[in-house]
Amino acid sequence: MSSSEVAHSGPGASALGPESATLKNNSRIRRFLRRGEPAFAIAPFLIYAFLGLGIPSLAVVYYAFHAQTGGWTLYNIRLVTHGVFLTGFENSIKLGLISSIVPGILGVFLAYAIQTSHSNVLRRLTSTASGVLANFGGINLTFMFIATLGSTGILTYWLHDVGINLASFGFNLFTFSGVLFVYMYFQLPLMVLVITPALGGLRPSWREAAENMGASSWRYWRYVGIPVLMPSILGGMLLLFGSAFAAYATAESLTLGLIALSPIQIGNFLNGNVIAGETHVGYAIAFGMLIILAVTMVLYSLVRKRASKWLR
Amino acid sequence: MATLSGAGSVFEVAEAENEEVLAYSIGKPKRRRRIRWWRFVVLLLAGAYFLIPIYAGIKFSLQNVEGHFSFQAYRALPSAPGFTGALTLSFQLAVATMIVSTLLMVPTSIYVHIRLPRLRRVLDVVTVMPIVIPPIVLIVGVLGAFPEWAKASPYLLSFMYVILAMPFVYRSLDAGLSAIDLKTLTEASRSLGGNWIKTMWRVILPNIRPALLSATVLTLALVFGEYTMASLDLWTTIPVWIVQFSISADGPVQVAASMLGLVGTWILLIAVVSLDRSQSRRSHRKLGTL
Repeated sequence: MSSSEVAHSGPGASALGPESATLKNNSRIRRFLRRGEPAFAIAPFLIYAFLGLGIPSLAVVYYAFHAQTGGWTLYNIRLVTHGVFLTGFENSIKLGLISSIVPGILGVFLAYAIQTSHSNVLRRLTSTASGVLANFGGINLTFMFIATLGSTGILTYWLHDVGINLASFGFNLFTFSGVLFVYMYFQLPLMVLVITPALGGLRPSWREAAENMGASSWRYWRYVGIPVLMPSILGGMLLLFGSAFAAYATAESLTLGLIALSPIQIGNFLNGNVIAGETHVGYAIAFGMLIILAVTMVLYSLVRKRASKWLR
Repeated sequence: MATLSGAGSVFEVAEAENEEVLAYSIGKPKRRRRIRWWRFVVLLLAGAYFLIPIYAGIKFSLQNVEGHFSFQAYRALPSAPGFTGALTLSFQLAVATMIVSTLLMVPTSIYVHIRLPRLRRVLDVVTVMPIVIPPIVLIVGVLGAFPEWAKASPYLLSFMYVILAMPFVYRSLDAGLSAIDLKTLTEASRSLGGNWIKTMWRVILPNIRPALLSATVLTLALVFGEYTMASLDLWTTIPVWIVQFSISADGPVQVAASMLGLVGTWILLIAVVSLDRSQSRRSHRKLGTL
């Protein structure tokens, strides 16, 4: 439609209607697109995350409160808060706590030792190794430790030669103490990965200032270093807790599924190693784990907020 | 310490400074030596803890039945029953996971970095969830909720591996994107007439290539090492095969497979990081000549 026609009144004016409507419509779509661009750009990620994280979690909650035959029930929940399943939760929490606190503290020392050893080769080797080992676990780890500390392992031989018998200390690779020791193998690198950026945030000027005011090394760490690092250390420990609490493959292959830990118990229900027709009990255990981890997550976010305040 | 304020003369100040310098020059080497000694012990213990099991594993995989040194296990690996099938499956899953993960995470993190920096917090929280929610809980939920046709395909595992890889992929991309001057780069590209796709493909991606590469390697390591989900979804990937095979036939062959996986991943990652360093050094040099 030409502009001269638009200028005319009469029949031309009526034709103007739909034209300007589509134009306006078009611009409205464009405006909508522009305003909605952030939403469209981020939508695939959010939808994917919802499908992969949200739906499974919701399904766990749903089935935990449902009887195998249908209908709502609290039977599963009651069952898993008693007896061997309660022991499983307790053991898992205990394992999580010990294998987050011990590697958490050791990891800080290790990360600091690596950072202050002004060796680029060492730093590169350890940072890549941390990345690999933090995700390492399961059967591979089990093999390595059986070859090291099993009854015919090389370290067992070496220690035997110098007259040390690990079994006399109550250490057995295939029980709780062994699982704890093996978990350090991926927990320690994880802590190093998490804490290294925070150590980088410790400014040399703080140390110099403390020294200028006559602070000893101990006082510097007591009043400056540790308080500044504390939120990050706690955050790292919470992450370690989650990782140890959730680990399945390593404990499963090391103890052949015989240890009473919540993830192993879920696996047993799913594998059909337990009475058939009770898989929903497995969902109830999974639900219990989610609850425990939700508490952990809330703590983590609180702690994280404080850490970022210091390291800006 | 001498008073610096009030009646303190110039001489006093000088004395105080002198004392400080003296204490510093005497104290420093001593402390340094102590730290070095302490660091040596820590690194030695950590080195022993991490290297002895690797050494034990490699040594075990290099033994034949009589306990003598031999490459038998590594030679027997390719012809072990089920090995090639498991390797093919793991490989297919790895490729699918890497493609989907890249297509999903790269545009999202670039967009959030440029346009929605406020949403970085949300992404931080969402991408840490796969670490928080145990894989076993996720797979239990998936097996309960997803339709049969999805569960019949091994690529359901790839779908979930993209989720599991999110923390590493996002963190790696986030670090890579934070390290470059994204705003200047995109504005320059846009003012030279490049559209968004061109900007992303020709300007941003080459600049975050090291981050992309390390994300890819970590994804690869994850897919080749993941046992929980694969075993409960009843697909024989490499880790599941290793377990099954070790139940049926005892021997160093599975250990050989494990050690190849571990050492191989590590070497790959070192190569990627070295590439990253040499590249950043090169770009530094270029900047220096400008």
